[in-house]
Amino acid sequence: MSELNAVVADAAIEFHSVVKRFLRHDRRDESFLAVDRLSFAVAPGEMIAVLGRTGCGKSTMFNLLAGLIEPTEGTVRVLGHDPFREFNWYRGKLAVVFQNDRLLPWRTALGNVELGIELLGKEEEERRAIALGWLERLGLKGHEHDYPHALSGGMRQRVSIARAFAVNPEILLCDEPFSALDELTGQRLREEYTQLVRENGKTSIFVTHSINEALQLGERILVFHRPARIALEARVAGGDREAIRQRVLEAMNPNEPRLAEEAA
Amino acid sequence: MTTPWYKLRKETVLALGGLTLAWQFASYFFPPYLFPPVPAIAQKFLAIFLDPESLANAGATAARIFAGLAVAFLLGVLLAFLMGRSERNYRYAYPLLNFIQGIPALSWVVIAIIWFKGTEPRILFIMVATTVAAFSFQILDAYRSMSKDLFEMTLSFRPSKRDLFRTLILPTIVPGMLTAWKVNLGNAARVVVVAELVGATGGIGYQLLQQQQLFDMAGALAWTLVLVVFVLIVQQVITKLEDWLLAYRPRAERST
Ligand SMILES: Nc1ncnc2c1ncn2[C@@H]1O[C@H](COP(=O)(O)OP(=O)(O)OP(=O)(O)O)[C@@H](O)[C@H]1O
Ligand SMILES: [Mg+2]
Repeated sequence: MSELNAVVADAAIEFHSVVKRFLRHDRRDESFLAVDRLSFAVAPGEMIAVLGRTGCGKSTMFNLLAGLIEPTEGTVRVLGHDPFREFNWYRGKLAVVFQNDRLLPWRTALGNVELGIELLGKEEEERRAIALGWLERLGLKGHEHDYPHALSGGMRQRVSIARAFAVNPEILLCDEPFSALDELTGQRLREEYTQLVRENGKTSIFVTHSINEALQLGERILVFHRPARIALEARVAGGDREAIRQRVLEAMNPNEPRLAEEAA
Repeated sequence: MTTPWYKLRKETVLALGGLTLAWQFASYFFPPYLFPPVPAIAQKFLAIFLDPESLANAGATAARIFAGLAVAFLLGVLLAFLMGRSERNYRYAYPLLNFIQGIPALSWVVIAIIWFKGTEPRILFIMVATTVAAFSFQILDAYRSMSKDLFEMTLSFRPSKRDLFRTLILPTIVPGMLTAWKVNLGNAARVVVVAELVGATGGIGYQLLQQQQLFDMAGALAWTLVLVVFVLIVQQVITKLEDWLLAYRPRAERST
């Protein structure tokens, strides 16, 4: 807890006792608890990996961060502001790689990568150069003018990563960005990603299902409980990786210690 | 799969050719005021295109269709926008538009005659009244079919209202708008001839009335064909526009 308090002072991202309930219109407005008193803080320039079992509220946490949904209770602060209430303040400061690629079907790969910078008002020539650069870095040279339906799932995912990176945001939110890629491409992109985030002093949170990926990329790992609440917080840098892996597994499977052992 | 306009499908040719032959066959057994021979109809049809005055009649009808559809479309966009903006607006507008949609064209004709003086205002009123509800609903549907995922993705970049409209909303609703135009064009063509009976001194409806008084079946059919051909050509143009605008869409290679 003392560690958490230490970062709060100048935190880039801060969740304070956040609760999110969804009204299920399909079930007579029954309410569903997706996030349960979630508190954590992220220091500027930090890379956080979020792990948690399916349906535990990771994407919901992202939507709260991106200001797309409003917390039922508690406060969310990103760069000292409220992402839902001060929505437009975040122009150019925040970008999201969504869990599914979410490409505009009527735009080519290039057009999709340009979208974010175009909305920021960059001139055509400049944004073309930026977008082409990103497409090349992500191994999509030769596919600039393909429409999304003609790209593979992994290629589409890379286009959506390029779209977020092209904005050069202060805060980068990635929801399982590398899950749809083959081992080699994934590995290369993870390295790119680390380099990009470190070099440019960006704050980033990414969600993953893979403990290895979390250990490789995260400076700190947050394990979510279902409904979303911190089950474990572990600093990776300088720690004993095997011990951390064991603790993460146990935190992810609180009721099945044996399963956790087997998985390890 | 759409076929280019110059390449008619075999089935289309056979079906229409069969109908023409059957008609010609009937003309041998019935008097010409019931089943005029096909060449007689074709001659009258061509004559319409060679006579400037007749062409002006056809043009007048086309202009009335377009004017009515244009006004109904603009109103429809406005109403769809209001309904899409708030659920409350929708709850008020829906029953009203539904009610308007249920009124038969002939009732609008009577109402138009009582309410308006000139022929053109009457016709415009009838055209707008009979198509505005369908336009509103179709455009609203297109707007509502917008993907929530893409909407949130675009919003995450904090676009201005104008940019949001340009980059997401417009491309989403254009296909629905084009379909609405095609559907309403067919409806409008059917209504316009009825509307033209309210004292128009020109137009396809007026010409049809003349042919009826002369008991000239060939003339009546020729004018009907002019209207049908007009609708088919415009719909084909819209389809071309659709194909061009929606070229990005993937095509399924097989259907069931
Ligand atoms: N708009 C919504 N309305 C109702 N329930 C929702 C909504 N969004 C999410 N939920 C529910 O909240 C819970 C958390 O969902 P969320 O998408 O955040 O999970 P997740 O951790 O991202 O899962 P995954 O790893 O499978 O992506 C789920 O049980 C889901 O059904
Ligand atoms: Mg998710």
